[in-house]
Amino acid sequence: MGNKIIYTKELAPKTKLFEIEADHIAKRGRAGQFIILRVCDEGERIPLTIANRNPDKGTITLVFQEVGKTTEMLGQLAVGDEILDLAGPLGKATEIPTGKTVVCVGGGIGNAVVWPQVQALKEAGNKVIAILGARTKELLILEEEIMSLADMTITTTDDGSYGRKGMVTHALEDLIEEGEKVDEVITIGPVVMMKFVCKATEPHGIPTQASLNPIMVDGTGMCGACRVTVGGKTRFACVEGPEFDGHAVDFDELITRLAYYQPEERASADNYHRCRMEEAADNLGNHG
Amino acid sequence: MTDNTKKPKKVINKSKTKVPMREQAPMDRIMNFEEVPLGYTEDEAHQEALRCIDCKTKPCVAGCPVGIDIPAFLKLVGEKNFEGALRKIKEKNFLPAICGRVCPQEDQCEMVCTLNKPDKGREPGGIGRVERFLGDYAMEHNLTITPEIAPATGKTVAIIGSGPAGLTAASDLAQKGHKVTVFEALHKPGGVLFYGIPQFRMPKEILIREIDGMKDMGVEFVMNYPVGKAEPLDSIRQRFDAVFIGTGAGLPWFLGIPGENLNGVYSANEFLTRVNLMGGYKFPDGADTPVKKIKRIAVIGAGNTAMDSARTAKRLQPEVVYLVYRRSRLEMPARIEEIHHAEQEGIDFNLLHSPIEIIDDGKGAVGAIRCQEMELGEPDDSGRRRPIPIEGKIRDFAVDTVVISIGQGPNPLLSADCPELARDERRGTIVINDYAQTSFENVFAGGDIVTGGATVILAMGQGRVAADAMHRYLMTGDPAPADNESGDVCPNLT
Ligand SMILES: Cc1cc2nc3c(=O)[nH]c(=O)nc-3n(C[C@H](O)[C@H](O)[C@H](O)COP(=O)(O)OP(=O)(O)OC[C@H]3O[C@@H](n4cnc5c(N)ncnc54)[C@H](O)[C@@H]3O)c2cc1C
Ligand SMILES: Cc1cc2nc3c(=O)[nH]c(=O)nc-3n(C[C@H](O)[C@H](O)[C@H](O)COP(=O)(O)OP(=O)(O)OC[C@H]3O[C@@H](n4cnc5c(N)ncnc54)[C@H](O)[C@@H]3O)c2cc1C
Ligand code: SF4
Ligand code: SF4
Ligand code: FES
Repeated sequence: MGNKIIYTKELAPKTKLFEIEADHIAKRGRAGQFIILRVCDEGERIPLTIANRNPDKGTITLVFQEVGKTTEMLGQLAVGDEILDLAGPLGKATEIPTGKTVVCVGGGIGNAVVWPQVQALKEAGNKVIAILGARTKELLILEEEIMSLADMTITTTDDGSYGRKGMVTHALEDLIEEGEKVDEVITIGPVVMMKFVCKATEPHGIPTQASLNPIMVDGTGMCGACRVTVGGKTRFACVEGPEFDGHAVDFDELITRLAYYQPEERASADNYHRCRMEEAADNLGNHG
Repeated sequence: MTDNTKKPKKVINKSKTKVPMREQAPMDRIMNFEEVPLGYTEDEAHQEALRCIDCKTKPCVAGCPVGIDIPAFLKLVGEKNFEGALRKIKEKNFLPAICGRVCPQEDQCEMVCTLNKPDKGREPGGIGRVERFLGDYAMEHNLTITPEIAPATGKTVAIIGSGPAGLTAASDLAQKGHKVTVFEALHKPGGVLFYGIPQFRMPKEILIREIDGMKDMGVEFVMNYPVGKAEPLDSIRQRFDAVFIGTGAGLPWFLGIPGENLNGVYSANEFLTRVNLMGGYKFPDGADTPVKKIKRIAVIGAGNTAMDSARTAKRLQPEVVYLVYRRSRLEMPARIEEIHHAEQEGIDFNLLHSPIEIIDDGKGAVGAIRCQEMELGEPDDSGRRRPIPIEGKIRDFAVDTVVISIGQGPNPLLSADCPELARDERRGTIVINDYAQTSFENVFAGGDIVTGGATVILAMGQGRVAADAMHRYLMTGDPAPADNESGDVCPNLT
């Protein structure tokens, strides 16, 4: 089966990094692409970005936040375990310009997606400025990794516990106002953040790519769950995206669509927590 | 036991109608996902087979897209030689348990049967039902009609997509001694047979068994491998001596009306995938992929996919399931049996209604679907009476879920990464010649990716023709049969 986990690390509370054996994905994957995985039979298929790849070693790196049942179950796996199903690379790769100044704006878990992009942009000879945001210092991830690649890195926290206090959009606006010639912006993070990043760049006419994260089922263009409206047209993010022209994306629709299953997801997670507690109780019983 | 040395006396069952098949009662079956028709017993199959009069012209054979020798297998069933009958079918069709269940027989073998005289109240031979019986018989008696596998040729073949077209090509080529690897993008093999057609119409166990049988024949299955992404077609082409593309129809069509991206609007593919492939009906205890608790639902369309969606929805116990279709009953493309079953199960049919808008409930989800009522006008070029709007007649259906089932285009996954492969510009389907060969010499294709959404048996027929051509190509370098040989061309696509 393969897909063996060979390294794990906790980057922040409920945020983990896994390195996994997946030779063909390591060789063919490009920045901006993702995989879909399943942890167990009858499990959900969830998309995660390929955060890093090591083609020589045949491994890929995933960085994920435990937000619901599937990501929590994934987080329970350890070195040596295998991931049941792992399909990819999926989606279109980021179009990487050359010789431009590109600002990558990441927020929260989005920094994991920014990481391979900064790498690819640097390799293609661009000047790269990374703006990394988190709610608080504890939740900031991958700063060192990205800082070592980018020409300049600005870090912000909402509560001011680290770096600049405030939002990534403020840092971006300041950067533009200070006269930095920005040719392109790439943004990945919470949908609301991306919406405001796009609002900030629009008046300046700076092309802005937003990496969208709609709910997906198959990830192969077969179901349409991932549809988003871009420039008034319906597009399937799993095959035509996940990156789109941020100025044309209907972010409000995406926010509404992402929230649709919240009650069900919560029920599923609660159910899972209950099962795990019962299991723990059983184990205590057995050993006691 | 029949004594084969003496010519058996010809016994015919003169009943005008088919031996009825027992079914789960409508009120029971909408509470579960178990199969609806229960199949024939040995006696019932025997009786039904005896209705065939073995007529001179045997039009049924030509009515079957893969040309099964129908009178021959019915005769064997009439002699209670079930194993022999099964062998006869398997010469042409290796999935009888599946085709017996899902073929639109009323448009194919049974439509042209000599017995079929609706005006005289006479039904055709129950070919599909007997075929299904044989498939089930094999399973119940653990009969594996192991095909003879030719000595290894040393040639390698890649099959992309594991729907009926890919599985048929894989099985045939393995029998001919080639080393076959099947690549599938999803986590389970079977294509629509797995993710689309519901359990209550075709139990997955049948498919799993057939696939296990193929594994025993040495066919290798690689799941989670989206060719074009995981590996370019060019690389596959170099790694294998020949390649078959059976990637199917995929890309669901939407109506293009306002409100289509509201929460609660699904393509039939998504709805059926959530429930079938991902087991959503067991959520949250048995499976993790959520399906919303549905109160009132409208399914748009009238093909098999629409019937499957409506009947699947019904089993999730909503208050009401509407079926909305812009034409009249005559034009409904679904199998008659499915329409009939849907009616029995209490699906509320609304014909001559054309959806024009999906209305927001104020929270970004579906509140209602607005339809324009239609009437039948003058016949158009195709001779069908065209539906035209009745002015001022607008009707709203209050619903929380809408499933759109109006067809689908070719699967975009492979094509997107291989623009050099010749395609029909308008439809996006892959173009092939009479021998299923694409614009790349060692790449062949068949099934829905070539025809657009069609049927299981047509996809299988194409898989078979392609396998024959690929075999010739592998052995001689030319997919066409030599002058002194016969060879099938692709079954009629129209
Ligand atoms: C192309 C793509 C790339 C992604 N890359 C990453 C990544 O690298 N790292 C990472 O941690 N996450 C990533 N995501 C989001 C990730 O897929 C979801 O967090 C995951 O599906 C949640 O599954 P779950 O069963 O654990 O939680 P669920 O129980 O399904 O959901 C828990 C909560 O998360 C919300 N949610 C569900 N799906 C998404 C989604 N697609 N985006 C945002 N919120 C969602 C739900 O509304 C709910 O509130 C990506 C999503 C896409 C579409
Ligand atoms: C809900 C529904 C009900 C139906 N009911 C009936 C019926 O009752 N009777 C009937 O005769 N027909 C029916 N049909 C139609 C029938 O199922 C199809 O015509 C038939 O399945 C087509 O077979 P196929 O092998 O061409 O493709 P599919 O069955 O579509 O299989 C294609 C496979 O290829 C995989 N794939 C795609 N791209 C790639 C790639 N790049 N790499 C690897 N794998 C890939 C897909 O994931 C899929 O598994 C129905 C269809 C649907 C959707
Ligand atoms: S395969 Fe289909 S068309 Fe052919 S005989 Fe069987 S039921 Fe009829
Ligand atoms: S057409 Fe009907 S009666 Fe004639 S051989 Fe075929 S099944 Fe029998
Ligand atoms: S996730 Fe199904 S089409 Fe994109």
